[in-house]
Amino acid sequence: MSFMLFEVTIDGKNYPLKLDRQDGRWACHLGGREFEVEAILVRPDVLSLRVGNTAYEVKSERVAGDLYLWVGGTRFGAEVRDPRSLRGRTRAGEDQGPKKIVAPMPGKVVRLLVRDGDQVELGAGVAVVEAMKMQNEIRSPKKGTIRKILKSEGEAVNAGDVLAIVE
Amino acid sequence: MFKKILIANRGEIAVRVLRACQEMGIAAAMVYSDVDRGALHVRKADEAYPLGAAAASESYLNIPKILDVARRSGADAIHPGYGFLSENAKFAQACRDAGVKFIGPTAAAMDAMGSKTRARQAMEKAGVPFVPGTSRGVESFQEAEQVAARIGYPVMLKAAAGGGGKGMRLVHAPAQLKSSLEAARSEAQSAFDDDEVYIEKAIINPRHIEMQVLADEHGNTVYLGERECSLQRRHQKVLEEAPSPIVDAEMRRRMGEVAVRVARATDYTNAGTVEFLVDQQKNLYFLEMNTRLQVEHPVTELVTGLDLVHLQISIAAGEKLPFTQEDVRIRGHAIECRIYAEDPDNNYFPSPGEITLLLEPSGPGIRQDSGMYEGWNVPLDYDPLLAKLIGYGTDREQAISRLRRALSEYFVGGIKTNLSLFRRILGDADFLSAKLDTGFLDRMLQRTEDKSVDSRPAEVAAIAAGVFAALGAAVAGAGNGGGSSGLPADKLPSNWKSASRREALR
Repeated sequence: MSFMLFEVTIDGKNYPLKLDRQDGRWACHLGGREFEVEAILVRPDVLSLRVGNTAYEVKSERVAGDLYLWVGGTRFGAEVRDPRSLRGRTRAGEDQGPKKIVAPMPGKVVRLLVRDGDQVELGAGVAVVEAMKMQNEIRSPKKGTIRKILKSEGEAVNAGDVLAIVE
Repeated sequence: MFKKILIANRGEIAVRVLRACQEMGIAAAMVYSDVDRGALHVRKADEAYPLGAAAASESYLNIPKILDVARRSGADAIHPGYGFLSENAKFAQACRDAGVKFIGPTAAAMDAMGSKTRARQAMEKAGVPFVPGTSRGVESFQEAEQVAARIGYPVMLKAAAGGGGKGMRLVHAPAQLKSSLEAARSEAQSAFDDDEVYIEKAIINPRHIEMQVLADEHGNTVYLGERECSLQRRHQKVLEEAPSPIVDAEMRRRMGEVAVRVARATDYTNAGTVEFLVDQQKNLYFLEMNTRLQVEHPVTELVTGLDLVHLQISIAAGEKLPFTQEDVRIRGHAIECRIYAEDPDNNYFPSPGEITLLLEPSGPGIRQDSGMYEGWNVPLDYDPLLAKLIGYGTDREQAISRLRRALSEYFVGGIKTNLSLFRRILGDADFLSAKLDTGFLDRMLQRTEDKSVDSRPAEVAAIAAGVFAALGAAVAGAGNGGGSSGLPADKLPSNWKSASRREALR
């Protein structure tokens, strides 16, 4: 027997989850309710899941460091933490400490809108990234001070690349 | 017949033309830019030639480089696909001068269609219906005033050399005419270096319906039925269908005969499309002719049973059309969804990147023309069209239900796509009752979507998140702070994770 504890966040809502593996099935305790779950990983990122006798195909997707799960045509932002792990804890205070400003898609930095040391508001434009002939403004995820700018104008970036740090 | 065809394009259309070549026993030479070495059209090619840097001017639009590849590869014909050089009369002429057959109309026919006012004069002689207005640029404000009064407001001012909405102004009342005319002229001057502006009656919320024509080099011209293309965003088509829900046999014959007259007026050869605006009283107005294969040609192929690319190649090789107008029959209904790499949650901004997971639909009545594959990195340098999903059915209802079913099977992971847009369109009450016009999509997108309040999928996602983590499958390698894979409470053998990936957990 083995059981695992997780704190799962789905689209901002927290679900304490306990999975108890028994004879190849999973007894699942989710927010005070119990489900009988059986699952196979049919290929990387695709889970064939039975919850009771209802079947689901759930896809996992990672974009620029964020995890998403798809159930049918619906996409859910997901975070999974092991409560005993210290690593996950830093997420608790979202606005504390430095935050990375990342490029959401590959492209080219056409303009930087801030300089090192600038004060920025939440949602303020930090850089303009061009992809497929369209320009997209990348905004600050929090109010704070620009501590570091890691990309320069004209530079190519990949999805997930850190453009700047705001603290 | 040709021995080897150079395909001067990329993406799904290059693959589409390549397949026709393979079916006809013709070798296909491909070209590619630096960022397209791994693209599907290069993977599938018989021969592939690098063109250079990603910028289109250095690669797919570079006439000397492409003609050089034609010479080196020994190709006897060039298929331009759509976009890029497909409607470039200079390129068609340069191919001819180089002794390579351009699969499309002649440079002269393209030139005649290229200038909107010149095309219009030729068409008027052939009795083609136009939106009421001037066929030449207006000379003065006084002339503009008289024309507008004669045809009635609202009117549209358009740059003669124009395109893409530049130099266009909608004028609702005489008081706005003077300032609008000045603005349109100066915009046209700066955009096209030509301030010629003409006036047309504005057709409010028209349908956009186009007619496919095909002409051989022996004087035979036929029409192959219409396509309804009213669903557009930013003047970009999103979904097309054939036949149009509002076109009956009599209207089809009327549109078809006009389209054939348009083609004949310019001695048109090969495949072409005549675009019409259709107002609420079903009046037809000629818009323009596209002198190439259209993106949406598959819907016509499905309802006519013809292969337009095979026919393009045969016509260019000098063959006669193998059928007459009387042989053309429309059967069933087909709808095409253009799958773009763009983000529906971010104003449909392009979303290039690596496709980490691709699950493609199949089954009855489903055709896919795709240029993507799992593991491919969608470059940011070109049009974001990834693939076309086409549904066919006995009637419109069945085509829609098959597409909805196919969309539920379709998954593209790692990049954003507009798949969710089609789920929404194909469930929209106005779409289902075929109340379509060019303002449809903007209106639909302004309404907030009814999101289901069912909590079950979120719970399933939560359970799946835990199971993925337990299997070490999805969460391992998470980005900063994304989470750690949940370690089992009791110590497991070190190969537990990898074994369970392959093994069903019973």
